[in-house]
Amino acid sequence: MPELLQFAFSGLTVGAVYALVALGFTLIYNASDVVNFAQGEFVMLGGMATVFLHLAGVPLPLAAALAILITVGVGLALYAFAIDPARGSSAVTIIIITIGASIFLRGVAQVIFDKRFHALPHWFGSEPIRLGGAAILPQSLVVLFGAGLIVALIFLVIDRTLLGRAILATAANRLAARLVGIPVRKIVALSFALSAAIGAVAGILVTPITLTSYDVGTLLALKGFAAAMLGGMGSAVGAVVGGLLLGLAESFGAGLISSKYKDAIAFLIILGVLFVRPQGLLGKKSVERV
Amino acid sequence: MARLVSSRWAIVLGLGLILAVLPLLFPSNYYFRVAAIVNIFALAAVGLNLLMGYAGQVSLGHAGFMGLGAYSVAIGATHFGLHGLAAAGIGAVLSAVVAFLVGRPILRLKGHYLAVATLGFGLLIAMALTNEASWTGGPDGMGVPRLEVFGTRLRGPDTWYYISAGVLLIGVILALNLIESPTGRAMRAIHDSEIASRVAGIDVASYKLKIFVLSAVYASVAGSLLAFLNGHITPDGTAGFLRSVELVTMVVLGGLGSVIGAITGAAVLVILPQALTIFHDYEHLMLGLMIMASMILLPRGIIPSLLARMRGGKS
Repeated sequence: MPELLQFAFSGLTVGAVYALVALGFTLIYNASDVVNFAQGEFVMLGGMATVFLHLAGVPLPLAAALAILITVGVGLALYAFAIDPARGSSAVTIIIITIGASIFLRGVAQVIFDKRFHALPHWFGSEPIRLGGAAILPQSLVVLFGAGLIVALIFLVIDRTLLGRAILATAANRLAARLVGIPVRKIVALSFALSAAIGAVAGILVTPITLTSYDVGTLLALKGFAAAMLGGMGSAVGAVVGGLLLGLAESFGAGLISSKYKDAIAFLIILGVLFVRPQGLLGKKSVERV
Repeated sequence: MARLVSSRWAIVLGLGLILAVLPLLFPSNYYFRVAAIVNIFALAAVGLNLLMGYAGQVSLGHAGFMGLGAYSVAIGATHFGLHGLAAAGIGAVLSAVVAFLVGRPILRLKGHYLAVATLGFGLLIAMALTNEASWTGGPDGMGVPRLEVFGTRLRGPDTWYYISAGVLLIGVILALNLIESPTGRAMRAIHDSEIASRVAGIDVASYKLKIFVLSAVYASVAGSLLAFLNGHITPDGTAGFLRSVELVTMVVLGGLGSVIGAITGAAVLVILPQALTIFHDYEHLMLGLMIMASMILLPRGIIPSLLARMRGGKS
């Protein structure tokens, strides 16, 4: 029983990170139909930039803030130099461009930073809290709390502000949005900036637990994407639910079945979901028009 | 000129001529090696192009089939004492069976869903090859015994250049014939509109599945050739995600729906990194930059853009 509780907690912690990556995916996907495979690199950049700024003597909170800014800059550059010039290309072309971008960013990180693993200090010490026989790192609570805060913030912005309405309108119908005077390209750029920031924060929160290196992005992006699909592409609630479910499934699968194939569990679930219910748990069915 | 380039036999003749004459320009074995790698990836790209350019289905996991082909040769020879050619044949059959089994559910999906499903499939194969170390040697890979035919050991990059060139030529002829056949027309119809072609009486699911299986066999044979040429294989080098991305990039860069395009794309993507090895640490950076630049600057691909220019139209 304590083991199950332990699996649940570690699953939720990792799941919260998947949820954030998936949320970033969803923001960009809704605003621009772009499936951004470089999403995981935002997480990597957030973590790595904080580590190296901290090593250079910058106090941790300032380093984290700077890392978020840097990542937002990268997100905006990604949109301006790689996505915007390819407007109107096919979905596959855009997917390849974002994969190219993710390989590029990994290459840059490998040159600027290094190829080693790095950690950040735990925010509130690394003494685990005992709860019902399970040990919980205080940092896990930080990750869960931080992720919850970001999700709440994003939902508030989308639901309550004019900006959020503009994002929703752009997602619903880009042409109509432009016709009513919404600066669509600025909104899309904003969605890149926002999801870069979300990714960076996820990286900063989780690095004390999982460590980071230049190549953690790829698998995170794939799993975040898997989570977004599990919940239903385009649904923000679905992204969060999908992320948490995926984290739990991985943690229980690794604990109860085989940790060798921990990463495979995510993809088996995805393939299963795709075959049974391609629109995801909370997604809508799409119809092709001739 | 444009018509000449797109005519079927002109392509085969031209390609055969180039493959035969090129070795005269090779100053060393290193060139034979690189050219053989180009042939091998061109073969896989031609197969993938049938799927992407004609049937309109993307696969981000095709390197998985290359991995099956490569490891069939290595495992067949090492663990079962099979002859290399038999093992390669078994690999091709195995790939066809796997493609047939996963193809039916996967090919029902579209767009991003298809991309991620094939991607997941490729990753599962790479993961299995990495994890089952007692069979595959794990992440460090395993050696491949030299192929022996009629008592002669086939070794040396020049031998494998000519073999891979021959196999590529056969693959190209098969692909071109298929494209000109009723099957090819049905595939193009599916590419343009699935629903419209279903209404016209084309069995969409069955055609997509056939092409998927065929392109898997192309990739598997390419993987077997790569194993023979290199003498040592790793999961990442044959079945890794990066390999799948490279294959898709070759097809799109060369031009969807163009057989010469697939070969051109393979040549560019194999040779450029070789030419850039001086920037060893910058390898990923360069590869990513190349992929992005080619997709942004040449979204239609090299060969279709060139053809359009030759015809006097705007590219």
